[in-house]
Amino acid sequence: MDLRLSGTAPTEAERRAVDAAFAAHRSPDDLPGADVRFPDSGHAARGRRHILLPALHAVMDEVGHLTPGALNHVARVLSVPPADVYGVATFYAMFSVTPRAPHVVHVCDDVACAPAGAEDVIAGLAEDLGEEGEGKEVCWVRSPCLGLCERAPAVMLQLAKRPDVSVAPAAIGGLRAELDRIATEEPAEVPSADAAFADVTVSVPQAGQPQLTLLRRVGVVDPESIDDYRAHGGYEALRRAVEMGAERVIREVSDSSLTGRGGAAFPTGVKWDGVARAPSRPHYLVCNADESEPGTFKDRVLMEYDPFGLIEAMTIAGFATGCERGYLYIRGEYPLATRRLEHAIATARAHGYLGDDVAGDGFRFDIELRRGAGAYICGEETALLNSIEGHRGEPRNKPPFPATSGLFGKPTVINNVETLYNVLPVLAVGGQAFAGVGGGRSTGTKLFCVSGAVATPGVYEVEFGTTLRELLELAGGVRGELRTVLLGGAAGGFVLPEHLDVPLTLEAAREIGATLGSGVVLAFDTQADLTGTLRRIAAFFRDESCGQCVPCRVGTVRQEEALARLTRGAAKGPELMLLDDLARVMQDASICGLGQTAPAAVMSALKLGLL
Amino acid sequence: MTTVLLGSISRLVTVTVDGRELRVPEGSTILDVLREQGVETPTLCWAPNLTPINACRVCMVEVEGSRVLVPSCARKVDDGMVVRTDTEKVRHSRRMVLELLASSTDMTQASADVQRWMVEYGVDPDRYGPPAPAEEDRAGRRPGHHHVPDGSTAANVAQPVKVDNDLYVRDYARCILCYKCVKACGTDAQFTFAISAAGRGFDAHIATEYDGELPDSACVYCGNCIGVCPTGALKSVREHELREDGDWHPESETVTTTICSFCGVGCNLELHVQQGSIVNVTSPSDHSVTHGHLCIKGRFGFQHVQNLPEA
Amino acid sequence: MFGAGGGTSAYVEAEDADLLVLWGSNARETHPIFFHHVLQGLKKGARMWSVDPRRTSTAQWADGWLGLDVGTDVALANAIGREIIHAGLVNEVFVERSTTGFEDYRATVEPYTLERAQEITGVDADLIRGLAHAYARADRAQICWTLGITEHHNAADNVFALINLALLTGHVGRYGSGLVPLRGQNNVQGGGDMGAIPAKLPGGYDLGDEEARARYERAWGVPISPKPGMHLSEIFEAMDTGTLRALYCIGENPAESEANAAHARHLLEGLDHLVVQDIFRTATAELADVVLPAAADWCEYEGTVTNSERRVQRVRKALDPPGSARPDSHIICGVAERMGHAWGEPTAEEVWDELRSLSLNWHAGMSYARLDALGGIQWPCPDEDHPGTPTLHTRLWAENPEERGRLAPFMPVEHAAPLDVLSEDFPIRLTTVRILDAYNSGVQSGGYSSPMRRRESLRMDAGDAAELGIADGERVRVVSRRGAVEAPVAFDPSLRPGLASFTPHFSEEVDINVLTNDAWDPKSGTSEFKATAIRIEKI
Repeated sequence: MDLRLSGTAPTEAERRAVDAAFAAHRSPDDLPGADVRFPDSGHAARGRRHILLPALHAVMDEVGHLTPGALNHVARVLSVPPADVYGVATFYAMFSVTPRAPHVVHVCDDVACAPAGAEDVIAGLAEDLGEEGEGKEVCWVRSPCLGLCERAPAVMLQLAKRPDVSVAPAAIGGLRAELDRIATEEPAEVPSADAAFADVTVSVPQAGQPQLTLLRRVGVVDPESIDDYRAHGGYEALRRAVEMGAERVIREVSDSSLTGRGGAAFPTGVKWDGVARAPSRPHYLVCNADESEPGTFKDRVLMEYDPFGLIEAMTIAGFATGCERGYLYIRGEYPLATRRLEHAIATARAHGYLGDDVAGDGFRFDIELRRGAGAYICGEETALLNSIEGHRGEPRNKPPFPATSGLFGKPTVINNVETLYNVLPVLAVGGQAFAGVGGGRSTGTKLFCVSGAVATPGVYEVEFGTTLRELLELAGGVRGELRTVLLGGAAGGFVLPEHLDVPLTLEAAREIGATLGSGVVLAFDTQADLTGTLRRIAAFFRDESCGQCVPCRVGTVRQEEALARLTRGAAKGPELMLLDDLARVMQDASICGLGQTAPAAVMSALKLGLL
Repeated sequence: MTTVLLGSISRLVTVTVDGRELRVPEGSTILDVLREQGVETPTLCWAPNLTPINACRVCMVEVEGSRVLVPSCARKVDDGMVVRTDTEKVRHSRRMVLELLASSTDMTQASADVQRWMVEYGVDPDRYGPPAPAEEDRAGRRPGHHHVPDGSTAANVAQPVKVDNDLYVRDYARCILCYKCVKACGTDAQFTFAISAAGRGFDAHIATEYDGELPDSACVYCGNCIGVCPTGALKSVREHELREDGDWHPESETVTTTICSFCGVGCNLELHVQQGSIVNVTSPSDHSVTHGHLCIKGRFGFQHVQNLPEA
Repeated sequence: MFGAGGGTSAYVEAEDADLLVLWGSNARETHPIFFHHVLQGLKKGARMWSVDPRRTSTAQWADGWLGLDVGTDVALANAIGREIIHAGLVNEVFVERSTTGFEDYRATVEPYTLERAQEITGVDADLIRGLAHAYARADRAQICWTLGITEHHNAADNVFALINLALLTGHVGRYGSGLVPLRGQNNVQGGGDMGAIPAKLPGGYDLGDEEARARYERAWGVPISPKPGMHLSEIFEAMDTGTLRALYCIGENPAESEANAAHARHLLEGLDHLVVQDIFRTATAELADVVLPAAADWCEYEGTVTNSERRVQRVRKALDPPGSARPDSHIICGVAERMGHAWGEPTAEEVWDELRSLSLNWHAGMSYARLDALGGIQWPCPDEDHPGTPTLHTRLWAENPEERGRLAPFMPVEHAAPLDVLSEDFPIRLTTVRILDAYNSGVQSGGYSSPMRRRESLRMDAGDAAELGIADGERVRVVSRRGAVEAPVAFDPSLRPGLASFTPHFSEEVDINVLTNDAWDPKSGTSEFKATAIRIEKI
């Protein structure tokens, strides 16, 4: 198109980074033209926009921020208007369009980490580096939940010219040592910080127990070995799937009554069947690994410790629904899981488990991993699609639903990570048998992310129907006297001790006005600062609203202001009325689930008298 | 050979609107039906010459079977659909959307319809507290970070007017982020893409690359963004100056449709004349030549008939 | 074409086409609102090809760009035609049923092999083949053109060469397929339709059409000579030979807009009597014996104009004309009165209704009331129940030979290089181009302040400039066989080596028509504005 670019040129390093990202992601029949004076023209060039996020990441990874020269080069190479590049770049928290230190310490101060000492870490960093965002070589910034709640407090180091790493639990001393290493040592092949994740029991106290289904390989297999994966039953489900054929696979999944584990609990079989039957081609598979709900870390744990399981499950989903390409969209704050998945994808491809003839079974399927860049909203499925396509992560209007018009306007299956892992046991035992555990829409086992005031936080796998009390006991019981449990995450609600015997099923939770959501079980004792937690949740939604629709964009701001007034002792009556008015318009009129659930926790706390 | 269906007579479907059963063409939006039926429905981000944007959420209606309200501008009717426009839920949402906008944005130059809706729906923007003072640079805010408020003032988008060229101004204190300008600059008309939404959440705003000035951007001054702006955030320099000088007289304005004198495309121009002089040029959105969109010459090139020698 | 001088398609058809060929047209800048329709087509998946010596902003949207040498369009088109024939992609049913002269055409294009075309045009043979196949295989394809086709010494041949391609493939007379000449001025179509073409009567009738001429003679009460008058180029030739001694010039600025302008001004100065009627005191008005100040009819009076899709639309009065300016028709009636013809001062609608009573096929059904109600009507519109005709020549597809009417003739044409040949002394090809925010000689568009405006420069390839030791922004002397001007240089990547450009918009800065060639096309009377041989000298 007739782009109008300013004359600002990229540095050599920026040019190389962008060109490499383009080369890695461009479609084989899109040949860049020889005439360097122009951006390429035509449909092929205009079809490059989906490489935008990888290209911006490439510059961030190299330089640490996005210069005008780099943005210009991205615009030219990908045929994306510079204003659009800027609009996308400024959407994501991990990107910076202004000069910033090349190394950034993202300190989680969210619901799980704040009570666990996040402010101490921040105080230490502020002492060393100065105010938030300041610093020449290193700076620190506050971050929403990093998905490391079982290891709170957590930080993530976003590093230029070396791999990002998570440090959790983070203490200022260890963090200083890590930053010293970064300043003085060449990057190691395996970042030294990853060593802290070697002990799987910190994340999965049940690891190795025989009754586990979804977690059965966690801590048992070597996550970097496909041979070890196969030795532990890996790729048996795929073999079975190919034997039974696509239709039968979908039937088994339908029979299993498996429902989506991302929060919406939509029947997976219905979704798959819809896409498989859609006449328009190609079909796409998208794995939603943008796990960002505060308090949630189960998908991270699965991906870190059993990455091949996800690759196999995606391959089965692709086979069943007629997709030749799957996108694995993982949040940018999961560096270790990203590394393990990238390795798993490459290894699977090298062993013929991905590619033009998967496992010699004559079907084509491959996976492209895409990193998010710091945006909770991209966990909303249509926002995620826009993000992959190189647009701002703003949710789309539905209908049409992704099964009809999804990625690039084509029929698309979108499944959450945990949902896909469930496909493996469905094929192992058969749909009927799978449905024998639990009942109704709550069949099989469920992962819960237990954190906060419990003795042994971590991911726990239990059968649907287990009570909340049993789950808390599994996690070593509550430390101190239990005040409340935040169930389902920031978009969920609070549960009082009197409801501890409610069975954990979609149906039973609903009956007490709660939701299982993403499986968050965050326990608060009577000492906890619930007001602070609520204000953090309100701040979270104000930060994470994409800004597209009025109810959410302005409503989240007004909600946070009203909460602030309430905690300052303003007269309750008008503020509660205002909060109620806001909650209703957000629930009723927001475009997507983020806005619709943004008032959920606050309203739940108010209703239960927790504030 | 593929077949293009042109003006084919579409099937009729049955919908019920506020208890009245209607037969309407398949493919209509709920808003189409409401307009046809004379049911007044407030809209801000909708325009007849743009694809539905679905951002402002003021046109919401209840649809039976849907847990949440439904945007009438974007949702197409289904056979058997039951629509309600006069429920408490609908009225509440419309009131709140208008109220949230009015509490954060200067809506005083929005159309008379908008002013009337605000009264009719009982909007009270003052209950969120006194407005926070204007800010010089809202653009520098980082996504995912904001200054934690104490609630004593109501955050808003107040900021200075951007005047950086001779043709039009950008007064983003009036911007409700309806995205119409972005669509008109982009895939609904002009395909120049000089502007995009930038930033996130309440800090999202319409921007050129790097929030630069228009003359440094890709802007080609077609002014189609002005043509669709519902709140006066985008307006011609001429209108801006007349308003500043207290010389703006919309009540005396005449509008005459004629044809542009540049090139052979034959674009319909609506000449807005106040006190014997052209103050704005628009184009009818329902005309097949322009669909309401013009180029720089059509929208701003009229000045040659007004550059008269000194008498 | 085929007896009707107008584009065959409505603009909206571009939105449903599969393939759009913009040939010698930078519509993105010169017809921006037409290009909106093209862009909607692209959004739906249509492919677009651009044939243009420059890589224009239009070409930057194209799936294929054929950057041909200036003035080689016929060779390119003939090669495309030959390739379509040899690839077996001719629409044989259409050619057989609806055209005449195919065999002659085939014989004419046969020597235009891809290789020969590549040699003449400079366009890679693969690209030529690509366009040929894409055009022939598309379900619905349009060719759109502008001055890049018509401002040549062989303008009419260029147009015939394109029409031949449409006949070959049946891309005419169907919705979405067509031939779309984009008119440069808001009423160049209407002016022609009203008889401002030497061989035509109002309503598109040939002057030789006895029946039509008799009707007009009866209505006007005067005999009409069946002999065509002179077109603009002939007028200037007649001024040169001294046979034409007085000129009444309405709304035209030939002192600046004519090719070889110095010569044109000399001729205007030498007239016995020059009357200029205009809304501006133009450079031509400066030479006049009498200046008649006119109202800007598009906003200071009433009337109609006709656009490039043959849509007749109303212009209306929004402002009072300044001072003593009067509508053109009133001035003309006044002049007539002084000459002894009492025409009164008919309203615009009365004038129009007279036309409607005579233009029976095209305009009869277009009352002011209907034009108002329908937002304009596309001719032909023979009666008041007729909706107008968005797509022209659909008759060619009729099963019934009688309905099909006169068949469309192939018009075989041969390549003829530009007359202003490149030589050692004049090695650079200068072409004239137009830009988005300005218009023609700039008298109208100079009236507003465009933020995009830049000083007029000789735009050229950076490599060519380097060879001449010229820096970006440096002032140079540009010399053609007719004259010389001075101008700064601006490097422009859209220009290939050997090509340079000026706009005609800023003659007060650079009087470019001092350079251009006034050789003209005998079939259309258009001068060769697009192909001037120049050299560039350092100062």
